[in-house]
Amino acid sequence: MQVPAPFEYERATSVDHAIALMDRLGSEARLVAGGHSLLPMMKLRLANFEYLIDINDLHDELGFIRVTDDEVRIGAMTRHRELLESDELAAVFPIFRDAEKVIADPVVRNRGTLGGSLCQADPSEDLSAVCTTLNASCVIRSGDGERIVGMEEFHVGPYETAVADGQMLTEIRIPVRAGGSSAYEKVERRAGDWAVVSSGAAIWMDGANIADARVGLAAVGPNTTGIPGIAEALAGQPPSDELFAQAGAIAAASANPSTDMRGSAEYKTHLANELTQRALRRAAARAQEA
Amino acid sequence: MTAVEPDTAKPEGFVDNDEKPVGYGRMLRKEDPRFVRGLGKYCDDVELPGMLHLAILRSPFAHAKINGIDASAAQAHPKVKAVITGADLAEQGLAWMPTLSNDVQAVLATDKVRFQGQEVAFVVAEDRYSARDALELIEVDYEAIDPVIDVRKALDPDMPVIRDDLEDKTDNHCFDWETGDEEATNAVFDKADVVVSEDIVYPRVHPAPMETCGCVADVERVDGKLTLWSTTQAPHAHRTVYALVAGLPEHKIRVIAPDIGGGFGNKVPIYPGYVCAIVASLVIGKPVKWMEDRTENLVSTGFARDYIMRGEIAATKDGKILGIRTNVLADHGAFNGTAAPVKYPAGFFGVFTGSYDIEAAHCKMTAVYTNKAPGGMAYACSFRITEAVYLVERIVDCLAYELDMDPAELRLKNFIQPDQFPYESKTGWVYDSGDYEPTMRKAMDMAGYEELRREQAEKRERGELMGIGISFFTEAVGAGPRKDMDILGLGMADGCELRIHPTGKAVVRLSVKTQGQGHETTFAQIVAEEIGIPPADIDVVHGDTDNTPFGLGTYGSRSTPVSGAAAALVARKVRDKAQIIASGMLEVSVADLEWDKGSFHVKGDPSQSVTIADIAMKAHGAGDLPEGIEGGLEAQICYNPDNLTYPFGAYICVVDIDPGTAEVKVRRFIAVDDCGTQINPMIIEGQVHGGLADGVGMALMEMIAFDEDGNCLGGSLMDYLIPTAMEVPDWETGHTVTPSPHHPIGAKGIGESATVGSPPAIVNAVVDALKPYNVRHADMPLTPSRVWEAMQGTLQPPI
Repeated sequence: MQVPAPFEYERATSVDHAIALMDRLGSEARLVAGGHSLLPMMKLRLANFEYLIDINDLHDELGFIRVTDDEVRIGAMTRHRELLESDELAAVFPIFRDAEKVIADPVVRNRGTLGGSLCQADPSEDLSAVCTTLNASCVIRSGDGERIVGMEEFHVGPYETAVADGQMLTEIRIPVRAGGSSAYEKVERRAGDWAVVSSGAAIWMDGANIADARVGLAAVGPNTTGIPGIAEALAGQPPSDELFAQAGAIAAASANPSTDMRGSAEYKTHLANELTQRALRRAAARAQEA
Repeated sequence: MTAVEPDTAKPEGFVDNDEKPVGYGRMLRKEDPRFVRGLGKYCDDVELPGMLHLAILRSPFAHAKINGIDASAAQAHPKVKAVITGADLAEQGLAWMPTLSNDVQAVLATDKVRFQGQEVAFVVAEDRYSARDALELIEVDYEAIDPVIDVRKALDPDMPVIRDDLEDKTDNHCFDWETGDEEATNAVFDKADVVVSEDIVYPRVHPAPMETCGCVADVERVDGKLTLWSTTQAPHAHRTVYALVAGLPEHKIRVIAPDIGGGFGNKVPIYPGYVCAIVASLVIGKPVKWMEDRTENLVSTGFARDYIMRGEIAATKDGKILGIRTNVLADHGAFNGTAAPVKYPAGFFGVFTGSYDIEAAHCKMTAVYTNKAPGGMAYACSFRITEAVYLVERIVDCLAYELDMDPAELRLKNFIQPDQFPYESKTGWVYDSGDYEPTMRKAMDMAGYEELRREQAEKRERGELMGIGISFFTEAVGAGPRKDMDILGLGMADGCELRIHPTGKAVVRLSVKTQGQGHETTFAQIVAEEIGIPPADIDVVHGDTDNTPFGLGTYGSRSTPVSGAAAALVARKVRDKAQIIASGMLEVSVADLEWDKGSFHVKGDPSQSVTIADIAMKAHGAGDLPEGIEGGLEAQICYNPDNLTYPFGAYICVVDIDPGTAEVKVRRFIAVDDCGTQINPMIIEGQVHGGLADGVGMALMEMIAFDEDGNCLGGSLMDYLIPTAMEVPDWETGHTVTPSPHHPIGAKGIGESATVGSPPAIVNAVVDALKPYNVRHADMPLTPSRVWEAMQGTLQPPI
């Protein structure tokens, strides 16, 4: 049994309570939500925090999926399993269900949260790629109030986000546009493993032509980032394998992976291309079906 | 409240495996009621009054001199009872201990550390958390030395010498070993039409049992008796080694192996942690618990494989194999911790000629030290037969590739024939029995081999990648005959004791120890078959040196071949005595009695009969017994096997590979095993299922890798991948039965057959799928990245 270093622990009863605790305890405090990244790091003593503020009691306040005509809002404490099982969410953004099916395993999905995944900011993390694909905004609250940042601003670097000490990600907001659909493709060495590479794609159709398209990649560089060149290449064109091959090439060119146990940089670059094409094809087919 | 009706309907195809045979047959495992309820009792469940907790400080460096250790801050921790370093142990002469291969290994490092994760000091504290916290307070002054990580460079003259603790050691050479006839082999290679060579790597893998290693040591303060609850596959052997190492009198040591959560060979060696816990209990006078965490288990305990093999095969142009030769570079890590019979430094690798009748064979091996964790066998390998079978089954497929011959046809053409058994191989192994072709044909029939090849041809036309891989393996298990085999001077025999209670119930005591294999069921069934008492009425006692006869333990698939023979023979001995008592009871001569599985009756008059229970009561009761017969109904024996047993099997794997992502999907796996007489077919199938899953892991994802500084890259189960249910197909198993001629019930070992036989089948299938890319060989682990690189022609060996 791996055991963490000593720490103090308190359960927050509200978002305001959690923020007040963080303000008081400073940089040695961390929020714990699902705990599936933080606790293993603490048990390995790669992370040693003096205080843990448990926000699982905030699930009532921050565990929600609200779908309206022009926006989807998802609370930061929404668990993977809730994202996986929400038919309402899958109807608007099928990419969530695609991704959740291949995130970790049922035990982790029962506890892990959207907010925890985004704030962990692992470059291989899937929901970050999903949110990037969907152009999500992140609502960050502090004692001074709320601010809203886009995913590119949210991700500062590997394991680093725009959420500073005393601040908390409370929800994400995703714009809903007509004629769109989305999809997610992932290659992993084994069920439950981190992505070797994954690719999310969203496409919005205007009649027979693509009005807009976005792609988000995971595990091909320090951050998950959108690839503006793909939107430019696809806008105004009818979907075709040739067009998506172009997009795949752009994705590969923008990837900057490194060689590790999960695969060689060359293979990951190839996957960025291949998976981008697959995700775009699937997203387009879904958009056209709808 | 609505009562929920239990679903009693049996699903279609349901096979009732809860029959209760008196003897062999399917029956549910006797041990499972406690396991499925979570009521198994493992080492970590042992709680004793006043028990303290031990944590080990391990080296962050692969190779570094220790200039000094300051433990004062740790000693000042309020909950710490003791901090012990290598220097402290050296004062007692306990800093080094023998390995199972007559090398030595540091219990705690004194001079320098030789692998990342090596034991440097330990803390004993009131609880596990405090013990672990105090490790952070120990200051070690390390002076880094260049590590030897690349095994191919280990013998370069400019390499640092790892084992400078050994007298006059000037290089990293561990041992050389050779088998077969070099001259004869070269001669057949010279005359051959075809010679195929391939570099074949079996990467370092880890057994990764679900339960890590650990123990509770309790030295009784008055009489000095040590009781050690320990995760050991070999309690008796461990006790003797502790007596030799620590100088404790052997009768003052009791080793108890409680329930064990998987061993696979990982729990054969004695690890420094066990010795540390014993020392701690001796010094402090309280019970001390040590349990590894997952990282400690993966980085420091017995690894497996790590062979770099050059395989060569010579054949005629029509596919008659003439000879096989191989050159092996073996990485043994920092200390040679191989657990194998002493005369077999490479284990049973000598069976690399496989199932084929060839003219000559030769192997030359060089083993070296590197700055990696010690070990050198383990992971269900039957003493290195895993490597041997992988080599021969891979190189035979390379030959099929070059000859453009069907790999099944090539194998069928070269099998040792039934009339050649007992067959002495060209490396001196006497295969006890075998009939290979029917087993191969059965697997091909179950697979629908011809149809699969047709499907593959169609798919290839369409650019789809489908592969069919075959392996045919012969194992050599059940070590072993005492004339050839011992570990640290201990002969590899096993004792067994059987006692029939007055009411006809029985207790059988074994020297071997289950780690999940189902001994409590299998051994009850063996005794039941011989003595006619139902398995439910036979208590199987094992894993406690005070309560079982001596023997060498469970590994190398030896329990049924050795201890199982002992159980059958001791039951026969008891039955012979029972027959004499029965003759007195029925007032006839012994020769006039007939045995009817559980009772004796007078020949020609079945109404005149006595049951074993009647006899047992008589044996313990009042009244006279036949002359010269003592009371009681019990016996003990020690079984020394005549030979190993040679189980075999034919495995066929079907894979599909996504041409775009290079992901491998194991679609089907057909396994036909022949382990001789089957005792409990359900347990055999379970053993095979587990081993096949192991094979999928090794073939597709498992590898303990190191970076150039010697950092272990497989320190967690997120980094060292083992397969899940998602990666394995529904196994299709079958069997043939070729009894062992020298085993009392004709049984052979089965525990490791699937681990040995499955990796080559899977790799052969992947390589077969990649034929359109002209791939003849690809080293494990065949991760998507490595398969894609094979398709690009850029694949490098994994080490």
